[in-house]
Amino acid sequence: MNNVISARNLVKVYAGERVVDGISLNIVRGECFGLLGPNGAGKTTTLRLLLGLIAPDGGAIELLGYPIPGQARTARLRVGVVPQIDNLDPDFTVAENLLVYGRYFGMKDSDIEARLPELLEFANLTHKRDVKVPALSGGMKRRLTLARALVNDPDVIFLDEPTTGLDPQARHLIWQRLRELTARGKTLILTTHFMDEAERLCHRLAVMDNGRIISQGSPADLIANNIEPQVVEVFGEQAGCWAKNHAALHTERIEVSGESVFCYLNEAQPLLLELKAHPELRYLHRPANLEDVFLKLTGREMRE
Amino acid sequence: MKTNIFALPQLSLRFIPVWRRNYMVWKKMAIPSVLGHLADPVIYMLGLGYGLGGMLPQIGGMSYITFLSAGTVCYSTMNSASFEALYSAFARMQEQRTWDAILNTPTTLDDIVLSEIFWAASKSLLSGVAVLMVIWLLGLSHSPLLLWIIPLSLLVGLCFSAMGLIVTALAPGYEFFMYYFTLVITPMTLLCGVFFPVDQLPASLRLVSAILPLTHAVSLARPLLNGLIPAAILTDIAVLAVYALICYYICLVLFRKRMAQ
Repeated sequence: MNNVISARNLVKVYAGERVVDGISLNIVRGECFGLLGPNGAGKTTTLRLLLGLIAPDGGAIELLGYPIPGQARTARLRVGVVPQIDNLDPDFTVAENLLVYGRYFGMKDSDIEARLPELLEFANLTHKRDVKVPALSGGMKRRLTLARALVNDPDVIFLDEPTTGLDPQARHLIWQRLRELTARGKTLILTTHFMDEAERLCHRLAVMDNGRIISQGSPADLIANNIEPQVVEVFGEQAGCWAKNHAALHTERIEVSGESVFCYLNEAQPLLLELKAHPELRYLHRPANLEDVFLKLTGREMRE
Repeated sequence: MKTNIFALPQLSLRFIPVWRRNYMVWKKMAIPSVLGHLADPVIYMLGLGYGLGGMLPQIGGMSYITFLSAGTVCYSTMNSASFEALYSAFARMQEQRTWDAILNTPTTLDDIVLSEIFWAASKSLLSGVAVLMVIWLLGLSHSPLLLWIIPLSLLVGLCFSAMGLIVTALAPGYEFFMYYFTLVITPMTLLCGVFFPVDQLPASLRLVSAILPLTHAVSLARPLLNGLIPAAILTDIAVLAVYALICYYICLVLFRKRMAQ
């Protein structure tokens, strides 16, 4: 059995609104699967459904071979969760947090104690073992939450926005740890709205919007299938006017956002030559990335 | 497909690690906590007992301070459970999201609710034992029946923690708890025979008093302190137990509803 998570036609309705609207996915052992989407797309609700924390209004879920939510308790013995909002125990030290959490899995104190050095090492928190949670930095708290999710040596780890609110150093350390976990054969499912995070970490991605999966595949496939390979961004007051008069000829698709113009094209040279005649415009030529795909699929308007 | 929020409680021993978690937090502040449990009842007992009691005749063959000490045990166990089930449980559920963290493990909401009830009742037990020590030290009672106050404290604790958790399950915030204290706990304190015999009340209020759980707690504690076996022992125990069980079920249903949001 290679499927760690499979979901068919999941539906969840809150107050008449279909927050999750017909989602199907298969996640196989050892992969890192990313759920990408703007705020309110239904990512967290999907995770909660897959974990059996809430019951779906339609559809079927299997997690590690167990039907969910029916046998969620048994399945969760082999699952670790890093929640979006930190919920470490503020009254406890780093080590006490791990000890108390292990007990919730029915682990013996001696077994948890035996795992502590390895968990602390993994989280770079060995020197903070006896420090209370409020004295930790944001990055340390996040690493402790990750270590806590590993206390039962799970096969699958759910991560809801694991690096939101962290500085770049702290994010890179978390990414490195997550790659180590997949290298050890753990299955990861994470939500994020950082495209670089998704591009670096995830073997496969699903882009969600309004409770549906609107595109699915590897980061490279998503880019190749959804968007032109080259992007030229042009900035400046005259950019909009210039785009209207000159750019359309050489460009497959143009998007204007404020004083920036995004030109999506298969071949960039003609447009770059054209830009040489307009020294008043600043521009940036780059390959298309996941963010371009994301914005094309989910639109540029703000989501509140 | 939908999980039934009205299902009977799913009992399992997984509630014990959650109880131990709360105990571990409490242990870190054990001394101030015990002193807190003692200060309020002792001040009431000494102040009213000697102050007011000096002007009063004996009540039912005991001094006023002994009379009051039986009420104090009950009222103080009620308060311990209520504060724990309201403020502390709400903090764990809402503010610290401790419950959310636990729910990601094989421990379920039913386990958590059961552990909260037993934990708040444990605080009552502690509070009951603390007041009992004071009664013994002041020499207010020497009856061996006094020791039955210990299981009674636990029962009163179970009853009031289940009642309090209903309010916690419905509470949007801490302010909400004021209603419960002014509308339920304060009347309970004044109508249930803590400070004066229930017979002093007009007939209509006596009826109200008869259905309130604290009345039955006091009606058990007072004879025990006086070395007597309570007259309506089975009725009193039954009322407290029924309150505990019904409120346990109601709060569980309400928590299931709340946490499914």
